[in-house]
Amino acid sequence: MANVKIPIGPQHPALKEPESFTITLNGETIISMDVRLGYNHRGIEKACEERNYIQAMYLVERVCGICSHSHSTCFIQAVEEIAGLAVPPRAQYIRTIIAELERIHSHLLWLGVAGHEIGFDTLLMYAWRDREAVMDTLAALTGNRVNYGINTIGGVRRDISPEQLAGLLKTMDVLEERTKYYIEVASQEITLIKRLSGVGYLAHEDAVKLGAVGPTARASAVDRDIRRDDPYIAYKDLDFKVITDTHNDVYGRTLVRVGELMQCYNMIRQLVAKIPDGPVTVKAPRKIPAGEAFSRYEAPRGEDVHYVKANGTDKAERVKIRAPTLANLQSVAKMMENNRLADVPIIIAAIDPCFSCTDRMVRIHDAGHGRQETLSWQALHTYSLDWHRKQGIDFKALNAKLSRRMKL
Amino acid sequence: MINANKAKKELAEKFGFDTERISVPRERRVSLEVPYDQFRQVLAHVVNGMEFRHLCTITGLDEGESLAFIYHVAHADGTVLSLKTRVPKTAPVLQTITDIFPDGTSYERELVDLLGARVEGLPAGHRYPLPDNWPAGQYPLRKDWKAEMLDGVYPKNEVKSNG
Repeated sequence: MANVKIPIGPQHPALKEPESFTITLNGETIISMDVRLGYNHRGIEKACEERNYIQAMYLVERVCGICSHSHSTCFIQAVEEIAGLAVPPRAQYIRTIIAELERIHSHLLWLGVAGHEIGFDTLLMYAWRDREAVMDTLAALTGNRVNYGINTIGGVRRDISPEQLAGLLKTMDVLEERTKYYIEVASQEITLIKRLSGVGYLAHEDAVKLGAVGPTARASAVDRDIRRDDPYIAYKDLDFKVITDTHNDVYGRTLVRVGELMQCYNMIRQLVAKIPDGPVTVKAPRKIPAGEAFSRYEAPRGEDVHYVKANGTDKAERVKIRAPTLANLQSVAKMMENNRLADVPIIIAAIDPCFSCTDRMVRIHDAGHGRQETLSWQALHTYSLDWHRKQGIDFKALNAKLSRRMKL
Repeated sequence: MINANKAKKELAEKFGFDTERISVPRERRVSLEVPYDQFRQVLAHVVNGMEFRHLCTITGLDEGESLAFIYHVAHADGTVLSLKTRVPKTAPVLQTITDIFPDGTSYERELVDLLGARVEGLPAGHRYPLPDNWPAGQYPLRKDWKAEMLDGVYPKNEVKSNG
């Protein structure tokens, strides 16, 4: 049978974000996959060059809706290193508490999405209900559920009260109980195990060669975690285990994430117990002296990297961001090989992709300067067909054949 | 295990670099700039001889007369080496590093689209990250690029409107 190309996307093939996958199939089996990205570019790197450091920090926090704290912390770490600022320890602890709460929120969100992608919507409902406990905690500590705005250059903007710390411990107890239940589900629920085992296989050597990061890499036995290897904020004071797994498939990626959740609760308890007293911020200069720094951060999805070059003014000379999903995409193509078409959504979802963070570099043209145009339904239809034809997907022959049959 | 100071020592000994040129701004960070004709040789040694086996990303910079590229590679022990090189803006040609790091494709495509570098040997594929109808010769991360340069040229009217 001849190979067939199936376009999936640009409209949300797995998550509600635009990206385009062209899948070449032989029957139901995937031969290869081709990815086109870039639909979500917003020009954040260029825009950072035109804003002062504080403005850039708020902008960078909006690179991603989920890992917002990851990006803002990764960015200001670089700026603080260039400026030679000694961030007070209490501020570092608060940043770490928010960082781990963000990981809990992200991993629970992922667990729900993964459940949904395999038709296990009860898991979605349970995981997302439990996630609300973290979202409420984040809102109580920072004032917001996402885009917390807790960071500022030189420290954090809000202190955490003793009552809030006590409340945090209670939330951890509840979530730990719930996570134990998910671990039980993941290790005993036969439909879940069968549905995920062997799906989206990524051999250890391929994960290393293709530069996979985060839980995706760790589920292929790549023992890499920036929190331990290149410690930042308060991680050097914490005792935790880097969770790895040898299943090399979507099932392994599930086990790594639920295992990491248990570590998060433990880390937050240590942070609450050890948090030092003192100020939460030092005064930062408006102009940052010339210099450069390279900062790494273990975001929920993996290694996030920021490079900042300062030129002595209040604006950065260059800000470079590489979000984890871009590092994981090469692996996705590999994971697809020899799988079934029906496995595509869960394989893509299993790297916990975030295309908004990946696509961030180009400023969208201000529509106010352009002309406004309305496309008719027919024009849009033609545009769509032409667009796909250019990608090598053409159903003209098939359509002609079908219409001939219809006439018979 | 390798740490920043050991890496500095090894690079100085192996290639005879002046130690002043290799900076260790802090623990676990080393940076070095090499002329482009030496770049491939140094990178190959850093990856294969010194085991910096993870490519974090490639940063491209517009430095006026030249384009600079920083290849950030990480060691398993957390040390990151930033290897910088530059080529003249009039002939911004680089050799691909995808033979050493197959995952470097997206990072090299970014250099092509956003800074106008030419990367020889880059595998065929979609452009990234700019749209297919982006006007030729416009490189948004170059310092002289302004969003106004898109006025009247983008978005191109690919579809005849009849509505």
